[in-house]
Amino acid sequence: MKPAFEPGGKLSKLRSVFEGFESFLYVPNATSKSGTHIHDSIDSKRTMFWVILAVIPAMLFGMFNTGYQHYLVTTAVMPGFWQIFFWGVLAVLPYIIVSYATGLIIEFAVAQMKGEEIHEGFLVSGILIPLIVPIGVPLWMVCIATAFAVIFAKEIFGGTGFNILNVALTTRVFLFFAYPTKMSGDQTWISLRDYFSYGTAQPAIDGFTGATPLGQAASQLGTDGALQLTNALGQPLTWWDAFLGLIPGSIGETSTLFILLGGLFLLATGVASWKIVVSTFAGGAIMTLILNAFAGGDAYLSLPFWWQWCLGGFAFGAFFMATDPVTAARTEKGKWIYGLLVGMIAIFFRVCNPAYPEGMMLAILLMNIFAKLIDYCVVQSNIKMRAKRAANVVNASK
Amino acid sequence: MAKQINIKKGLNISLQGEAVRETVVASVASLYAVTPTDFHGLTPKVVVREGDAVQAGTPLVIDKYLPEINFVSPVSGTVKSVVRGEKRKLLNVIVEADGKNTFVEFPVRDPKNMSADEVKESLLQSGLWPFIKRRPYDVIAHPAHAPKAIYIKGFDTAPLAPDYAFCLKGMGKEIQTAVDAIGKLTSGKVYLSVPAKDAAKELLDVNGVELCTVSGPHPAGNLGVIINHTDPINKGETVWCVNALDLVFIGRFFLTGKVDFTAPVAVTGPMVITPAYYRCKRGICLSALFEGNVYKEQPLRYINGNALTGTQVQKDGFLDFYSSQVTVLHEGTNVDELLGWVMPRFNMFSTSRTYFLSGLLRKLNPAKKYDADTRILGGERALIMSGEYDKVFPMDIYPERLLRACLVKDLEEMEALGIYEVVPEDFALCEYVCTSKIEVQKAIRESLDLLKSENGDE
Repeated sequence: MKPAFEPGGKLSKLRSVFEGFESFLYVPNATSKSGTHIHDSIDSKRTMFWVILAVIPAMLFGMFNTGYQHYLVTTAVMPGFWQIFFWGVLAVLPYIIVSYATGLIIEFAVAQMKGEEIHEGFLVSGILIPLIVPIGVPLWMVCIATAFAVIFAKEIFGGTGFNILNVALTTRVFLFFAYPTKMSGDQTWISLRDYFSYGTAQPAIDGFTGATPLGQAASQLGTDGALQLTNALGQPLTWWDAFLGLIPGSIGETSTLFILLGGLFLLATGVASWKIVVSTFAGGAIMTLILNAFAGGDAYLSLPFWWQWCLGGFAFGAFFMATDPVTAARTEKGKWIYGLLVGMIAIFFRVCNPAYPEGMMLAILLMNIFAKLIDYCVVQSNIKMRAKRAANVVNASK
Repeated sequence: MAKQINIKKGLNISLQGEAVRETVVASVASLYAVTPTDFHGLTPKVVVREGDAVQAGTPLVIDKYLPEINFVSPVSGTVKSVVRGEKRKLLNVIVEADGKNTFVEFPVRDPKNMSADEVKESLLQSGLWPFIKRRPYDVIAHPAHAPKAIYIKGFDTAPLAPDYAFCLKGMGKEIQTAVDAIGKLTSGKVYLSVPAKDAAKELLDVNGVELCTVSGPHPAGNLGVIINHTDPINKGETVWCVNALDLVFIGRFFLTGKVDFTAPVAVTGPMVITPAYYRCKRGICLSALFEGNVYKEQPLRYINGNALTGTQVQKDGFLDFYSSQVTVLHEGTNVDELLGWVMPRFNMFSTSRTYFLSGLLRKLNPAKKYDADTRILGGERALIMSGEYDKVFPMDIYPERLLRACLVKDLEEMEALGIYEVVPEDFALCEYVCTSKIEVQKAIRESLDLLKSENGDE
């Protein structure tokens, strides 16, 4: 079967696709031609796959929560677990399919054009994208945004490993600025649809509020007293609700608990940098404490940091977005600084700029751009040390 | 006064097939050769013709640009053939041994009473000079240079590396004589690296050196690490490096007046039936070591040196001039591993914690040895993971930054980041652990060559 795909063969236009699947099924038995004769059995496929594994708990919970939020406002009596979950699967699965299909078609085409192997990078972006968009975003928007991000954030820079911005977040930021009405507000976080007669398109109650806790908080900036956060039915939310994730929000980002499950797995296997995660949470806490100090009686400014950690995309961003090794700082010292700033800027944007109820996305993208500068500064100290040493030798010999 | 160096970063890769430290089998072959490709950057010129009679110590090849550097025959016999490859590149000058083992007689002299120039002259004539290598660039030392220090490698931590304590047993006199000679060549210090545990007694007793006691995982034995921790190389400086195993030849030469490249060679690797030390001369035809001693069911890879930095050689090739070790692995071209990248791979070594089950088993059984083949086990990618190199690179250098500078051939950046302090072998572990499977050593080597020519260094 292979010869048909070789250059000159009938199916040579699909060569990189064939090779992609072949190396997926069987470990390529190419052997080393220079340098070390033996290699570690880790490769980029395994690394990427481990990230996907780590996202799965958040994804499954996201499916459940999508169903839960739907039934919360459409029926008076909550149906059983499996019905909720199944409705969520029906609602979320199309996003995953659209994201993967769009991205992979572009990746395959580019790989074929460049005559390279297919790179695995998009396997991760493809699962992250559906988890960071609201359920109300139409599929065609996801498709356009994904194509934009893959082409303009990644491929024009040279593909996986060369991108400056995180691809999944670029998708989100494109949606955010191109279609703002679908990315924020009260209407987009809870899906009112029926899939094959599952679910109902009519809310059971009038005037439900579909705003996320962060949206509600932003509107209370400047008011005194305790922050009033409610679910869609207007019942008050506790910290445990936010931690478990039964709140409106982007599909996969609501449950800190399930993000933690996958995220700790990622840290334990060494795929993501624990330094970035720890420093991001620390940065978030520090900025929150600073804001607390200046809060006076303000409802939002005095929100404690353990709340801030569990709201919006903070935890998801810290574990799965900020840790993208390509776009994060690459030096060990740099990782501490990078994470700290991601956390601080995220909370700062979130609280101090009511136009953007969530700051995590912009904070990470901003720090993606500054990551190289951080590394540069860290490495400069090494360069200066060496230059100084060389200068001493020259002086001594004079 | 010994200097203590404690290495934390690094990695010991435990492979099967360590040479047993008991037997030393004497090995002779009918063919021996000088292989100019053993000497990086050498432009060789053959000075014998086919059919010429030679003795051990007769020059066969000289350096075209530094004709005082000789490369001599390891045995007596007749020149059988001068083998050339593409573009008439000189591959081997092969000598058929006559079994008489006669030597060119050089005067027996005590290096203590010799001047630096006399020592140089002797080493150049006798063909022992090429054992002295130079940093930066990792090439044969230039006789006209004045090195700021000389470093002697007194142990090796590479996978299955020969045990220096075993190889140097009883060679104290030779080592001391060689150190006396080498010491004449620099006005600076002579450093000798020894392991914190089980160092060769012959090395600990040497006078006239600064001992560096090193502990930690590989690459603790690499001289690059020792230099970085003692007296790092700045631009414009030169340091010479010698292997203690090669000092034996130098010492023997001054003691007996004979060029005798006989020494133990560790025949190692998972595909060797009886891994052991063989007593033979450098340049021996390797089939003498491999015949009947390797598992033949699978395609094999024969390596001059160790699995990390050695060079691939044919089964009937010749032992490297610098090598006290050969390694045999299976090639792995016939292995079809279904979905291998997602499997637990209990029997494969990895530093990645994604193989947590395999890692757990290793914790329970730290003595476990691994088989390994030469598959790359993944496709080459751009650098994705960060911090991988740092974990195995115990120098005050940012390895990934330096590699990037090398990949884009940015000379100024390379210099700023410390290219003069490294040679390809220092990056061997980086290449081993690299998730993106980048040919790191090749990139470093090409950059050093480029710098050498740009700097106009001879």
